[in-house]
Amino acid sequence: MAPILQVENLSHIYSAGTPFEHKALDNMNFSVERGEFIGIIGHTGSGKSTLMQHLNGLLKPTSGRVLLDGQDIWSDKKLTRQARFRVGLVFQYPEYQLFEETVYKDISFGPKNMGLDAGEIDRRVRESAGFVGLTEQQLEVSPFDLSGGQKRRVAIAGVIAMEPEVLILDEPTAGLDPSGRDEILANIESYRKSKNATIIMVSHSMNDVARLTDRLLVLNGSRIAMDGTPGEVFNRAWELEEMGLDIPEVTRIFMRLKEMGLPVEPVYTMEQAVSALKQLKGGKRHA
Amino acid sequence: MLKDVTLGQFFPGNSPIHRLDPRTKLVMLIVYIIALFVAVSWISYGVMLAFLVTCICISRIPLKSILRGMKPLVVILLFTAILNLFFTKGETVLVAFWGIEITLEGIVRAFFMLIRILMLISGTFLLTYTTSPIALTDGLESLLSPLKKLHLPVHELSMMMCIALRFIPTLIEETDKIMSAQKARGADFETGKLMERVKALVPVLVPLFISAFRRADELATAMECRCYQGGTGRTKMKLLRYMRRDYIAYGIGVLLIAAIITLAHFGL
Repeated sequence: MAPILQVENLSHIYSAGTPFEHKALDNMNFSVERGEFIGIIGHTGSGKSTLMQHLNGLLKPTSGRVLLDGQDIWSDKKLTRQARFRVGLVFQYPEYQLFEETVYKDISFGPKNMGLDAGEIDRRVRESAGFVGLTEQQLEVSPFDLSGGQKRRVAIAGVIAMEPEVLILDEPTAGLDPSGRDEILANIESYRKSKNATIIMVSHSMNDVARLTDRLLVLNGSRIAMDGTPGEVFNRAWELEEMGLDIPEVTRIFMRLKEMGLPVEPVYTMEQAVSALKQLKGGKRHA
Repeated sequence: MLKDVTLGQFFPGNSPIHRLDPRTKLVMLIVYIIALFVAVSWISYGVMLAFLVTCICISRIPLKSILRGMKPLVVILLFTAILNLFFTKGETVLVAFWGIEITLEGIVRAFFMLIRILMLISGTFLLTYTTSPIALTDGLESLLSPLKKLHLPVHELSMMMCIALRFIPTLIEETDKIMSAQKARGADFETGKLMERVKALVPVLVPLFISAFRRADELATAMECRCYQGGTGRTKMKLLRYMRRDYIAYGIGVLLIAAIITLAHFGL
């Protein structure tokens, strides 16, 4: 099947022609397959946020194209608007965009803008509230009376309610406690499974991206520095460190173990670490 | 987008104009504006224009930036020019239609008005482009300090102004972010009738006000944590001190206004 998103020679320059001119994206090329879970990592100012806003047509490329299902999203006004619904974008700290009197009304803002009928809107609001673990009673309260973590879930539900084929999230877990973080990541995973959706997640947590994603894009200095599986990317630990990025803690431990002469290969998730250690233990007993 | 608003923006630099004391620049701007309104003839306008152009050249602010700042004002400029063009009574009627006369005097007057406003705005831009908002409020506070004798809260006023200026870019950025977030949910700000467009702003204004109040609260707490309690006994890190270049600038200012008044006296 054709890739759902294709980015061709994408460049973006902010405030062109002023002393504040700044090249945020520099000739990027990549494509995204249906159902993939992609992680984007890169330090502050590497162009992550700018890239995301190109994928659903919020920003217009200075040069290059963004293709959704093989069609340039800027070739037609209708397509641009369609792209906003088909590619859902959850900004950083999305709870600051809530504005309605009740949670229900806020989640229905997106579907209403799509021009759906009342029954379909109601179904989507309830379904997306379910995905993020909001209760029936919570739908009727003011979003401003909820806790920070719950507000975040309302905001994510507001985007999921549009049932986007591609869901992009900018640091969805920033500023949450560990349990809130794990719940939101589980919510995203369950949405992906039930709708066979594509997920693109920007994150600073190497542990999270290592555990969840199929593929990692590493951004550095407005360019794509690496593109590969988490294993491939984390194997280049030195290069990552030069870019000011980290590797998962378990990978660091296993690299050290290897240096100390133990027969282990670098791993990047906790599960792999556990099985590798078990193997090691079993092997020793036999020896 | 909103980020392109250049009105009152500061362009960092190190030209002699940038380095002038903010008080000097404020006083010079007032002198310049008075001179502009005293000037009546081609010659005096020529002198003013020469002064302005010299200042812009010294400041190394690209002319393009100043012109870009004028863009939002084009409508007002045209309106003023057209009013003057049509409604100035004069002797030499050039064109007359529908009871409206366009006179030679009207054309001259419209032209002068246009030049006067353009020069007024350019002069003001030169001040805001070359002076950081902090320096500007500092200068204003210092110039207004005699009013403290009348129990006017000068320090508090300048602090409020400073905070307001400081938060304009922040709020613009915030508005931009919220608008993008709501656009991502399909909000449409560009089409529809006037009422629809006003209604479309609710999803932007509500979060913006909430965040502005939150920021105000946080700022007040942070200021109290650092024991801020107003102007009495407060010292400054950067003391304003007049240098030789400031006295030179004041000298030029006196010369300019004297020249323009003398010219006006002789009807030139």
